[in-house]
Amino acid sequence: MAAKADSPIIEMCKVYKAFARPSGQPLPVLTDISLSLREGEILGLLGRSGSGKSTLLRIAGGLIKPTSGEVVYRGKPLSGPTKGIAVVFQSFALFPWLTVLENVEAGLDALGLAHDEARRRAMSAIDLIGLDGFQSAYPRELSGGMRQRVGFARAIVIQPVLLLMDEPFSALDVLTAETLRTDFLDLWIERQLPTKSVLLVTHNIEEAVMMCDRILVLSSNPGRIAAEIPVSLPHPRNRLDAEFHSIVDEFYSILTSRATESIGAQSQIHGGLVQPLRPVSINRLGGFIEALASSPYQGHAELARIARALALDIRDLFLIAEALHILEFAELKDGAIKLTAAGRVFAQSGTEERKRLFSEHLLRFVPLAAHIRHVLSEREGRLAPRIRFESELEDHLNPDDAENTLRTVIGWGRYAELFVYDDKTQMFSVNSSAG
Amino acid sequence: MEQHAEVLIGGEWRQSHPSWRDAIATLLVLAIVILLGSGAHQMLAPLVANRQPRISLSPSALPVYALRTTMRMLAALVASLIFTFTYATPAAKSRRAEMVLIPLLDVLQSVPVLGYLSFTVVFFVSLFPGTPLGPELAAVFAIFTAQAWNMAFSFYQSLITIPTDLNEASRSFRFSGWQRFWRLEVPFAMPGLIWNMMMSMSGGWFFVVASEAISVGNIQITLPGIGSYVALAIQQRNLAGVGWAIVAMTIVILIYDQLLFRPLVAWADKFRFEQTAPQVVPRSWVLDLFRGAGSLRLLGEPLGRAMQGAARARLALPRRPGWLRRFPAPRRAEDVVWFGFLLASLAYVGWKLVQFAKPELSWGDVSIAASNGVLTLLRVVILIALATVIWVPIGVGVGLRPKLAEKVQPIAQFLAAFPANLLFPVAVFLIVKFALAPKIWLSPLMILGTQWYILFNVIAGASAFPSDFREAAVSFRIRGWRWWRQVMLPGVFPYYVTGAITASGGAWNASIVSEAVSWGPTKLSGSGLGAYIARMTEAGDYPRIALGVAVMSVFVIAMNRLLWRPLYAFAERRTRLD
Repeated sequence: MAAKADSPIIEMCKVYKAFARPSGQPLPVLTDISLSLREGEILGLLGRSGSGKSTLLRIAGGLIKPTSGEVVYRGKPLSGPTKGIAVVFQSFALFPWLTVLENVEAGLDALGLAHDEARRRAMSAIDLIGLDGFQSAYPRELSGGMRQRVGFARAIVIQPVLLLMDEPFSALDVLTAETLRTDFLDLWIERQLPTKSVLLVTHNIEEAVMMCDRILVLSSNPGRIAAEIPVSLPHPRNRLDAEFHSIVDEFYSILTSRATESIGAQSQIHGGLVQPLRPVSINRLGGFIEALASSPYQGHAELARIARALALDIRDLFLIAEALHILEFAELKDGAIKLTAAGRVFAQSGTEERKRLFSEHLLRFVPLAAHIRHVLSEREGRLAPRIRFESELEDHLNPDDAENTLRTVIGWGRYAELFVYDDKTQMFSVNSSAG
Repeated sequence: MEQHAEVLIGGEWRQSHPSWRDAIATLLVLAIVILLGSGAHQMLAPLVANRQPRISLSPSALPVYALRTTMRMLAALVASLIFTFTYATPAAKSRRAEMVLIPLLDVLQSVPVLGYLSFTVVFFVSLFPGTPLGPELAAVFAIFTAQAWNMAFSFYQSLITIPTDLNEASRSFRFSGWQRFWRLEVPFAMPGLIWNMMMSMSGGWFFVVASEAISVGNIQITLPGIGSYVALAIQQRNLAGVGWAIVAMTIVILIYDQLLFRPLVAWADKFRFEQTAPQVVPRSWVLDLFRGAGSLRLLGEPLGRAMQGAARARLALPRRPGWLRRFPAPRRAEDVVWFGFLLASLAYVGWKLVQFAKPELSWGDVSIAASNGVLTLLRVVILIALATVIWVPIGVGVGLRPKLAEKVQPIAQFLAAFPANLLFPVAVFLIVKFALAPKIWLSPLMILGTQWYILFNVIAGASAFPSDFREAAVSFRIRGWRWWRQVMLPGVFPYYVTGAITASGGAWNASIVSEAVSWGPTKLSGSGLGAYIARMTEAGDYPRIALGVAVMSVFVIAMNRLLWRPLYAFAERRTRLD
């Protein structure tokens, strides 16, 4: 779209957001965010879970107040949800007790329109978004794709200047998501929407390259803008284009270098004791190693390629890849993943050998696991309560990350037979045979 | 409102030929309006001073009495709803209000309703001397207190568990507080609220019957209703009269269920939050009738539009002026003031209490009440254990047979709703006739009405037990005691705990009317805390009534905290798979 590039719809300046930790210390989730959204553009926010991208979207929508920094919407400071901004939610957020029509009309409630006018506008939004004939259905009667269409209609009916989309397609299956994306892009390109700009939060690289004019990559813990990449391909874009591919690959290398940097940085703090881990099951790790070891990869694969082949989305892909990287069964580099020697041995081994190898790596490369073992061996009766490690973690991580990290270590430790954990008593112990 | 939405959309517009449905529906509406009107009229009729209405034991008088009783129930339900909305909303929205309101509600829930009936009667009678309005209000208040707490709790629970995304959607639409309340909060809370309303009503019949004929010291209260009818029948040793009252009550409960609750449950189904289509859609012929009757829909349309309009109106409070918003009061300082205020009021109330009790009560009284409490506690525990041993196997047996469960479940629910105090005279008659020991044989009366909660909850649990678990048990040939211990009992345990909590709470309440009973001039006492409270009520000894109620509340709270809550938490933890 032709853009008056110098009149930003929304502008953020040095936005910083921290949530309160139980200890009272602030936990930063976003730091030093400055961006501006220009008229006529779709801006993508690409990041992994924990990068604070959804928080950033909510700050843009006035749903969350930044701890510091400025948000300016059309020249005025933003102090809360305002008239020209609409949100499309990942989970649709439809009212289950209202019909499709009533859900769309609900968006107009705050405008205090006359009943007939509200009905007319709702019907035309329903029309535009392709929901004709579903007016009197309740959301639970609809498929996911239809539900998200209601989500779109409900946002569009208030004729927003700025449309905020929080992973709008990620709860849908691949085909449905593609259809909805294309339909939305068609409306956007044909300028059938009153909307002037769109902020799209996504963790799907191809989706971002498909839709956005400009993409900001957020790094994690705390989230900050790591890179800004313009996408100037003309619409409609083709996934099979070489240019499309090279942009996607660029993103993968940015994300891998970010991931390895962050892992490296975390392992420096407190001897790596508070390295956040995300739960990945042993079966997935094993399955991935096997796939990577066999042909056509033979131990080395580009992430974009193996993700497509194994039908993994980027969240799952990085979950697995990072776990393998931390455990040093594989190495992440430049958008590719490569098995280490230990990884190759693991792929070839039987159950017992795998367990032995895994336990060795767990003790060597996950300091928390070694720490738990150490505490248990020092303790009388070789028992230690969960709360002990939990509070250690919570001093440095937010409660969710702490919980996830502990859960992951428990899962991995159980597999490696490093220790026993009893959830009923919330106690760690060492098996006499294992000790 | 639902039916009007269809009309407005125009998609499902059906021709409004008058049909048989219209006739019946109109008749129903008119009948209910007229009946309620006349009932209310009688309630407000001035009473000649100090002359109690004469109760007739003729069965033909029963329909009118039943109507009066029902009116009290309805009035209390409306009051409970208003209370629920106004009490739970601030509790859920303000951290400071929550600190006070929720513990208070928790305690109120544990206070035996029948215990303080004497206070409220005196209070309301003195408020409206010379009219029946005082006792009427006291009766309504008693039912209200039996219903309101758990409804408020359920509403509060719903409000604090509203999903974040709906919350954010409402905020981004900039709903006003009023719009948010009717658009989001009330609908989201509806299924839980209606379920709790039904449970409350079931309990309510018991109290309405008990509160219609009471005597506190020298004040005699008789309100025309099924309860006073039974009271008179007891006085005159008229077993047939008791029988008629039982029949009348049965019919009333059945009608109530069909006309009020089934339609409500069927209607409330659309508020279910789960996004999946339900397997069994609750149906109600009354609701179908009303939805099918075109003429009524036309009549209802303006009403529906008005209600929709009201819910949509912004009614926003004026925003705080900008200069005020810029200087928010520091939270710390506000908190300090608030805590100070709370402490001061607490100290004042405590001091008043000591002032009230000191000249009247001694430690001896406390120990008498407490030892009576232990006796009643023993009864409650033994009876719950007995009911468990009997009803859990039966409930499981019924629940695993869907055909049978379909038939038994409504009966169990009906029995739970039926006010057991109407059956007491029959039991007392038998005890007197066979000269049985009252200390033992009066005890089962406590649980007569509430044991059914265990039964129907266990049936529900067994019906909901996943069939793949059952098949797994069969294929691994898990049988006999092992089957019960490892398969079935863990499966129904959470449901059982829910039922047992209700049953035990109900048993405490019932002890006040079941530990001391009479048949004509014969008086039987089983001793215990219930009998103690009943005796003091009859004597009009207010300090000791208060003491008895307080001791019972302490027992109930202790039992909840020490037994039921841990069990409930355990059940929740153990039966989760994720």
